[in-house]
Amino acid sequence: MNFPKELKYSKSHEWVKEEADGTALIGLTDYAQNELGDLVFVNLPQEGDSLAAGEAFADVESVKAVSDVFSPVSGVVAEVNEELADAPELMNKDPYGAWLIRAGEITGTEELLDAEAYEAFAKEQE
Amino acid sequence: MEQKTPLYDVHVSCGGKIVPFAGYLLPVQYQTGVIKEHNTVRTGCGMFDVSHMGEITCIGPDALNNLNHILTNDFSEMYDGQARYSPMCYENGGVVDDLIVYKVRDDHYFIVVNASNKDKDFAWMKQHEDGQAVFTDISETVGQIALQGPKADEILAKLAKPEDFPVKYYSANFHAEAAGIPCVISKTGYTGEDGYELYMAADQAPAMWAALMEAGAEYGLIPCGLGARDTLRLEAAMPLYGHEMDEHITPLETGLKFAVKLKKAEFIGKEALEAEVPGRKRIGLKVTGRGIIREHEDLYLGDRVIGMTTSGTHAPYLGYPIAMALVEADAVQLGDRVEADVRGRRVEAEVVALPFYKKEDIK
Repeated sequence: MNFPKELKYSKSHEWVKEEADGTALIGLTDYAQNELGDLVFVNLPQEGDSLAAGEAFADVESVKAVSDVFSPVSGVVAEVNEELADAPELMNKDPYGAWLIRAGEITGTEELLDAEAYEAFAKEQE
Repeated sequence: MEQKTPLYDVHVSCGGKIVPFAGYLLPVQYQTGVIKEHNTVRTGCGMFDVSHMGEITCIGPDALNNLNHILTNDFSEMYDGQARYSPMCYENGGVVDDLIVYKVRDDHYFIVVNASNKDKDFAWMKQHEDGQAVFTDISETVGQIALQGPKADEILAKLAKPEDFPVKYYSANFHAEAAGIPCVISKTGYTGEDGYELYMAADQAPAMWAALMEAGAEYGLIPCGLGARDTLRLEAAMPLYGHEMDEHITPLETGLKFAVKLKKAEFIGKEALEAEVPGRKRIGLKVTGRGIIREHEDLYLGDRVIGMTTSGTHAPYLGYPIAMALVEADAVQLGDRVEADVRGRRVEAEVVALPFYKKEDIK
């Protein structure tokens, strides 16, 4: 399982990539996609929707079940990865490339873990 | 505490993701994932551990009378080895369970029931046992492996002689051998594909599994979990107890009239089922909106709730989401558009014919 060093992670298994312009990309971790199994649908928010740290902003569906995706940051949805609507399997194939949203106007974040701490946390869950 | 099937160690060693199900620890999927497992069964062959299923024998001169009294189908005039599906009902027409009865010989029947209902079923059978016949729960001693898909024939032919194979669909050879292991070879399944279900002594199950995996390697045989078992049966529109039927849903509502023989002199539930004008019917839905409709979601025709979904998922082989629902009998026709309330969001679906998927040439 892969835990890129340059990302930060939430305990609800989302990754955050802080960009130079102050926005952040948010996606599902490798651990999350592996636990969820084959993903077949994603219900994404719209640009301009507000985000609250720790609250659900999207849901993803595997063959077996639906799961909420929680926002690691407070702010606003600046961009949505529309590509995932037709190809949700990208979240399985390339979890760190398949970002769900770009968050902007970030006013706060959850307590986030670095790669090493998250890897240890994920292993505890197994 | 969940029990382990005789194949538990095999599942763990080949990467099965283990979950508790019906009192057993079973793989929901292997590393290949549900979609690949599902599609492999449609195009090649997949293998399932179904040792959790319950097996009950009914033995004695009055065995046939007992079955014809307790179950809704008619088991007269079956040939040795023949299998027959039946609901088992309460007096009020609600369903105790659905099951398969095999005739081994005149005074000996072999019954396969859902794992989650096994104890309830066995208690119900014992309660109504009558005359010279005895029901015995032999589940603990039996292992069961399902080999399903168009390549199942060729794989099993490497391990069993032609005379070991059952003659027809929905029949079994109770005196067969495969890979040198005595077993029952049954031409049945729960996937909508051709294939076999093998019953053997529980302690022989790992050896049978290993022999099948080896024989199937050249055909791309892979192990499949509960996830694919559910999506396969749903694509084939096979009802599942606890979803399309239960103690509050009669077999006539589920659409199982073919297995309810009202011409029989009597059986438990006959009066209720004879008097019933089914108020609901089972329908198929193809999702045309965005989203996946799952079980227990309200179904709307315009502003009016007409029923509830009973099962639903993304159908891997068809490539779109499907669902089954129980709705007011006269509410909709094929082609009508309805909407399901999916966690507060309306998702549109079209009423379509069942089954969603049908193999062309099941023999």
